[in-house]
Amino acid sequence: MTRILNIGMNHLSAPVELRECLATDADNAHKALSYMRSLDCIRESMFLSTCNRVETVVTTDSIDKARASIIGMMSRLGDLAEHHFSSCLYTFVDLDAVRHVFCVASSLDSMVVGEPQILGQIKVAYAQATREKTSGVILNRLMHRAFHVAKRVKTETEICEAAVSISYAAVELAKKIFHELKGKKVLLIGAGEMAELAARHLIRQGVSSMVVANRTFERAVELAEVFRARPISMAEIFAELLEVDIVVTSTASPEYIIPYELVRGLLRKRRNRPLFFIDIAVPRDVQPEVNNLDNVYVYDIDDLKGVIQFNMAQRQQEALKAKRIVEEEVVKYEKWLKTLAVVPTIVSLQQKAESIIEMEIRKSSSALGDLSPSQVEAIRTLTRSIAEKVLNDPILFLKNRAERPTLDNYLDVTRKLFNLDKDMDREE
Amino acid sequence: MNFLWFNLALFFELLATAGFIVFIVRQNKRLFRYSYWILVTGFVFHTIFLAHGYYAMGTAPVLDLKSALSFFSWSIIFVYLIFQIKFRLMVLGSFVAPFASFLMILSSTMPWTEGPVKPIFKNLWLTLHVGTIFIGNGLFAIAFLAAIMYLLQEHQIKRKRLGSFYSRLPSLATLDGINSYSLMYGFPFLTIGMITGSIYAQYALGTYWQWDPKEVWSLITWLFYAALLHERLAVGWRGRRAAIMSIICFCVLIFTFVGVSLWLGGYHSFSSLGAREKL
Repeated sequence: MTRILNIGMNHLSAPVELRECLATDADNAHKALSYMRSLDCIRESMFLSTCNRVETVVTTDSIDKARASIIGMMSRLGDLAEHHFSSCLYTFVDLDAVRHVFCVASSLDSMVVGEPQILGQIKVAYAQATREKTSGVILNRLMHRAFHVAKRVKTETEICEAAVSISYAAVELAKKIFHELKGKKVLLIGAGEMAELAARHLIRQGVSSMVVANRTFERAVELAEVFRARPISMAEIFAELLEVDIVVTSTASPEYIIPYELVRGLLRKRRNRPLFFIDIAVPRDVQPEVNNLDNVYVYDIDDLKGVIQFNMAQRQQEALKAKRIVEEEVVKYEKWLKTLAVVPTIVSLQQKAESIIEMEIRKSSSALGDLSPSQVEAIRTLTRSIAEKVLNDPILFLKNRAERPTLDNYLDVTRKLFNLDKDMDREE
Repeated sequence: MNFLWFNLALFFELLATAGFIVFIVRQNKRLFRYSYWILVTGFVFHTIFLAHGYYAMGTAPVLDLKSALSFFSWSIIFVYLIFQIKFRLMVLGSFVAPFASFLMILSSTMPWTEGPVKPIFKNLWLTLHVGTIFIGNGLFAIAFLAAIMYLLQEHQIKRKRLGSFYSRLPSLATLDGINSYSLMYGFPFLTIGMITGSIYAQYALGTYWQWDPKEVWSLITWLFYAALLHERLAVGWRGRRAAIMSIICFCVLIFTFVGVSLWLGGYHSFSSLGAREKL
């Protein structure tokens, strides 16, 4: 019986030095696929290698043989001794392998859970497997289901949204400070892509006005037009700091743009209204000590990444939901796999009918005499449809019993009733 | 009868406290609704208990520490229920209910006193004095709890170590708002309470003010709260500093309420109050 085998390593099971060895050569996937295709014990195969994981998914009749040859292959690809990395590998068989593939595709197994790149990487790996004709019925179905699971997880849970965006984290924080962002004023210093993203998020939350400052005033004007904001020069920042509630900084300046003393001087004039600095510049624009001032909060890019981690932990509920989706799909796939078990019997039934038809037509050809091509065709159609009608009910019966534990008995009876195995013996 | 109402109130308030604590852990809205209505039930029994006491004694039932604590607990829940209607801040209950229940438990450990009440206490000014003071105390208690919640939340945001409280507690602006709102309303109640108190003193003792320890400490409490309110309104204090200050103020208030009565004596202390004539 054909089984699914998944061997691999990820960011949890193996250190980066090890993963690097297997991920360096871009041609590795091709080498791996052609090697696995050449093996007798492996029927279908697929190879995925990213900076965070290496995965091989194969179908095989002999798990042990396949596993040994895959580990051997990895050792040659990465130029590593087997004992160096074999403890870092995980092995999943059958449904566990299916589950793992689904989890990987829907980014539940990623280092940053919910990050979207992995799905693209799997699609590329699968495309290569189909191009090199190493994937077959089982893997094709498996991968298509995996893409489907990833899509469901993305649309039905919030895992992806929270995980990827820095600006989402920043907005969440701002809400914990200001309660709501309606009517709040935002100052944008510097005009990077990330700052733009944050600005867009803030506007969607209803901030009332936005001021944009940039080293080159033209760029400030440009950006201000996009957000219907007011452009100012860098020299005017300090006056604006008295008015605004949220400051997003992202300049390339090597020194602090917002020093501690400056902010301290502002507090009283601001009547201690809270001030939130979102510093997404590297190196930082806001002196870190500013965070020590009362009612002033400074979050730099690392802090925000910490918040993202926290948000993700908070998404446990979402992760549970995603796991449930994966389980549902594993069950569905299992059902489909089981129908595969009846396929060989059905195929041999059909082959037997086909061979009987051929034989009988040959026998009767002398009695039938000369026939026009259309008459020959008519006889073929007639005999074939009789055979199909006769076999239709047994085939349906088998398909319906595919999930039953007694399936093997039914298959056995069918093979005996129709004498399928004897035929095969004779052929051989 | 009295006994029954008190115990019913205590039972439901404890049950509500348990519910509110499970609510803050599990974050289940249905749990909040149950706890809220259990608390309302407890509050109703508590009100019946107080009304019964008022009817039986002919004056506000606050003449010994036991009933004063229970009345304090009642006024905190009363203020909370009003705040809940106005602010709809579910998590506040998880802080208020334990605090109110704590006072009730303290109250329940003290012995019941029986006997007729001195006629001098059967006076409307006394009821007014006690009523306004305790509503003020209830508001200050909410300000105190909001300040604690503020400091918890602010600590997490400042230190950038977001823990389990981060998502459970409301925003800093909300907590600061509640703190400021309860101060703003608590202060007039405290002021009116002190004025009606001195009017009652004039009526009962023949003098408005006699530098009794309780009176002095009430004045100190009043000055503390006045200072905090001034800093908030005139200077623009807010956030952390205001929260710490309102916690200090509340400690002074509690000392005035319990400490002075127990340790410093004076005519206002519960023991020398001699509310009931010994038989």
